Amino acid sequence: MELSVKLAPDILFFIGSFPVTNTFFWSLFISLFLIIFTLFVRTRLKLIPGGLQNIVELLLESGYSFVKSIIGTEKKTQRIFPLVFTMFVFILTANLAAYIPGQSAITLARQEGPVSLFRAIMSDYSMVFVMTLITFLTTQIVAIIVHGPFRYLGKFINFKNPLQFFLGLMDLIGELAKVISLSFRLFGNIFAGEVLGVVMLFLAPFFIPLPFMFLGLLTAMVQAFVFAVLTLVFITMASEIEEDELTESASI
Amino acid sequence: MDAETFKFLGAGIAMGMGAIGPGIGEGIVAGRALEAIGRNPEAADKITPLMFVTMAICESTGIYALVISLIILFG
Repeated sequence: MELSVKLAPDILFFIGSFPVTNTFFWSLFISLFLIIFTLFVRTRLKLIPGGLQNIVELLLESGYSFVKSIIGTEKKTQRIFPLVFTMFVFILTANLAAYIPGQSAITLARQEGPVSLFRAIMSDYSMVFVMTLITFLTTQIVAIIVHGPFRYLGKFINFKNPLQFFLGLMDLIGELAKVISLSFRLFGNIFAGEVLGVVMLFLAPFFIPLPFMFLGLLTAMVQAFVFAVLTLVFITMASEIEEDELTESASI
Repeated sequence: MDAETFKFLGAGIAMGMGAIGPGIGEGIVAGRALEAIGRNPEAADKITPLMFVTMAICESTGIYALVISLIILFG
């Protein structure tokens, strides 16, 4: 047995010229699972909640009040809660699905060797990058709607004095760095968790990897939470009008 | 010593040095959060999520180091 660490996911099969990788396959599967679960719960809603409905309501309500405590007003919460909570649930399910025992033993036989049917979805950078782009675009759109296109652009490029110009450029770099740090935080943690698990299994197959798997479970929960909350914080920051801007518009 | 050796060496050094800062930073964040909880245990529910978020932000530089070492190793 040899240690194999791969950055890119394995290609299972092609549809036309479109490669279907194992992470893509499983992300479809997880989405389908979540949709069916939601529809299942939705059709069985009762006035007096039973077991499953209680759990879902508890999750939703605590999530809603947490989002409200960060973003402030009821109206904003209603608009942003679906996006943030969907991200949280999807990432959490995707991360936890990697800990279903036995799934990594299912492989497809190929001429290059066996290809694992399952791989932790968030260890595929494309997936994480697309989710981060959703966050980034939402943040920009919210900021443009709140501040107006020219005022928002003026935050980055202004020629009032050299210091302001320099700070504007730094802000521009800061916005782009958000994309990198947000996406690589999730990807790096999950990928490093996978690699750590593989290395530990390789070094000592029994019992020694267990604490690392517990650490991985913790990471899976915390990173899902962190990704959703950072999305929320970025959007909150974009949606807030600053004090000096308010006085400025009042004086006009 | 050929180029390949230095590649692995560089990746290891990048990751190791990059992990120092976030380690110290996250330690400070967690310590202060625990101090705050110790002073005011009722606020634990509010402090804990904020602690996780700030720890994640502290982690950024470590993540950048990880990116660099991944690029060195696989890119």
